Amino acid sequence: MSDFSSDFWTFYIGLITVVSIIACALLLYSYSTARAAKGDEAGTTGHVWDEDLAEKNNPLPRWWMWMFYLTIIFSLIYLALYPGLGSYAGAFGWSSRQQYDDEQKQAAALYGPIFDGYLKQDIKAVADDPKAHAIGQRLFLNYCAQCHGSDAGGGVGPNLRDDVWLYGGDPETIKASITNGRLGIMPPMGAAVGSEEDIKDVANYVRSLSGLAHDASRAQRGKVKFAAICAACHGADGKGKRELHSADLTDKDWLYGSSEATIIETITKGRTGQMPAHKGFLDDGKIHLLTAYVYSLSQPHRQ
Amino acid sequence: MSQLQPRLAPVNSPVEVDLYEVRREIYPRAVRGWFASWRVALVLLTQVVFYGTAWLSWNGRQAVLFDLAARKFYIFGLVVWPQDFIFLTMLLIIAALSLFLFTAVAGRLWCGYACPQTVYTEIFLWIERFIEGDRMQRMRLDQGALDTRKLFKKTFKHLAWIALALWTGFTFVGYFTPIRTLAPEVAGVSLGPWETFWILFYGFATYGNAGWMREQVCKYMCPYARFQSVMFDSDTLIITYDAQRGEPRGSRSKSADYKAAGLGACVDCGICVQVCPTGIDIRNGLQYECIGCAACIDGCDRVMDKMGYAHGLIRYSTENAVRGGYRDRDIVRHVLRPRTLVYSAILLAIATAFLALLYLRVPLKVDVIRDRATLVRETTDGLLENVYRLQIMNTAERPRTVLITASGIEGMRLIVPQPIDVPAATMLTVPVALRIDSATASPGSHPVRFHIEDSTDPRVRADEKSMFYVR
Repeated sequence: MSDFSSDFWTFYIGLITVVSIIACALLLYSYSTARAAKGDEAGTTGHVWDEDLAEKNNPLPRWWMWMFYLTIIFSLIYLALYPGLGSYAGAFGWSSRQQYDDEQKQAAALYGPIFDGYLKQDIKAVADDPKAHAIGQRLFLNYCAQCHGSDAGGGVGPNLRDDVWLYGGDPETIKASITNGRLGIMPPMGAAVGSEEDIKDVANYVRSLSGLAHDASRAQRGKVKFAAICAACHGADGKGKRELHSADLTDKDWLYGSSEATIIETITKGRTGQMPAHKGFLDDGKIHLLTAYVYSLSQPHRQ
Repeated sequence: MSQLQPRLAPVNSPVEVDLYEVRREIYPRAVRGWFASWRVALVLLTQVVFYGTAWLSWNGRQAVLFDLAARKFYIFGLVVWPQDFIFLTMLLIIAALSLFLFTAVAGRLWCGYACPQTVYTEIFLWIERFIEGDRMQRMRLDQGALDTRKLFKKTFKHLAWIALALWTGFTFVGYFTPIRTLAPEVAGVSLGPWETFWILFYGFATYGNAGWMREQVCKYMCPYARFQSVMFDSDTLIITYDAQRGEPRGSRSKSADYKAAGLGACVDCGICVQVCPTGIDIRNGLQYECIGCAACIDGCDRVMDKMGYAHGLIRYSTENAVRGGYRDRDIVRHVLRPRTLVYSAILLAIATAFLALLYLRVPLKVDVIRDRATLVRETTDGLLENVYRLQIMNTAERPRTVLITASGIEGMRLIVPQPIDVPAATMLTVPVALRIDSATASPGSHPVRFHIEDSTDPRVRADEKSMFYVR
């Protein structure tokens, strides 16, 4: 509970609080009556402005004064029951952390059965359930849309609506990707490929693979370098290797961009694409529904 | 001033003065007359509306329901969403300005006839009179020793008060939790903790304010009572005692020629003080405690009848009218003065704006939220895309089908499955993408507009602007 660096502050704050409350009580007591000046006109405070404008003593009702005393009694009871005096935890032992945990438990008890119902079903069956789809979309907009885009069409992270999957688009693999995350690394290959010209040659060859505009003579030279260096991961045909999760360079899907400059940057500096693991952050029920939602996105007949 | 005098010793030494006073119990005497009838009528009217409206139904739901949990306020055919907060603001401004106007013209009309504090005090007084009798009987009962009769009357009175107060609390909560589900819950003692708390809270507030606090609420708590003096002027209708006609006051026999005896019309019977719910003497002039209930007018007029004198020794009049001997026509003429004209003009303007906005209000609202993590993305065809979330709110109580279009950049395409069904009184989040050819727009941001329209009713539409980024 205590975040103070030393016990001194507990006493310091506690003392100020208690002394202030006592001072309030004393002030209230000393101001419940007043001394009227000699020969004072009844009921005025003796203050006069503009010759004849006098301040009247229009007394508050007595019960009002008791309300002031009640606030003092309330504060003492409150400070005994709840934390307020330094690091004293209060008789109820209340803490905001505990309240948060309790509310989490309440929410789990309330919504848990809904998720449990879907957890028992196969992901493909859940993907066909319109209600699950609506829940899945809300979860996706909350947790995934920042990288994959609100429409799941990609952005920082890959497009999830097409049929291009580095790791596989079957329900189990999607679930594994969400649960454990993925780390896709393209190492920096600048030094291995050679000079800037060599790199540009390879970039032109890569563009030629997917039919983009390129310099044919550069591509011709780059092809040799590609076969020697890049083919190890991307395959001799550039279609990528499923077991290595390397990218298919012959399709139209570009996670980092297809311009010559971007490809040169990718080759020179490498790329690290990380999908964070959601295990522990999202519970099984949410991951299950998200998997079904993501799976349904790439199944045109379903949606 | 006079109340304080006894506490100060008339000697020339410093004396102890209490800064808090003990309340004197006030026993208002029952009164009948023109203004009392008006108050009874208004008490009945306001309470029939208050206790009754909660039970009305409208298209299968409670007609007036403020659903705080769902953040939807149902007022007959109207469903008000949090986005309509401007209407509440305007309503409050209209209420405040009306109060200013009525106060400037006729003083504390609100206090005297319609304020819940007055209304409930009046009802509680009826109960009190029915059980304990009128002023004198109540005073005698309170002074007497506690015997069975007194105990019975007091218990009966408080039980009746508490019953009415709880019904009031129940009705009030019934505007926030459907009253027809609340009623069986109360009957079956299966109320939720919050409903229980609020019913008891408002019940206690009613019982305490109308049974015990009464005029003290007006004297010590009510802010309106304190700032209304700045809205008064010399042409404001107030309840006045005509001192010129009344003084010097004194008792006399009915047949005597009081003018010859050097007396005014006031017979000093004290009825005006006895009927006053705030315990003041109106003959001392305008006082801040006066809530303008006109009980003293009714009381005095009846005495004047008995004496065979003209009505109006105490009457609604204005400071200028009493001083300048205005006729009624002059008082009416003085209603038109800069202050009231300005209040009326502003009131009229805002009321017109309120009604116009309400009439033009479209039961469809849209918010556009741009995806911010990725400003632009490239499609497989090399086109540029921006992604948005449209939050489409159908505030009507029937489902709706909408069509979305977008404009702003030549050749721009909107990517979203259409049309879109929005269920009744629901907000739907629809992710959409806008797609352009990079050649059609320069790098930077370009304004775009989304246009959402009901597929069958083109009057129900909403426009929202956003930005399209090109890199």
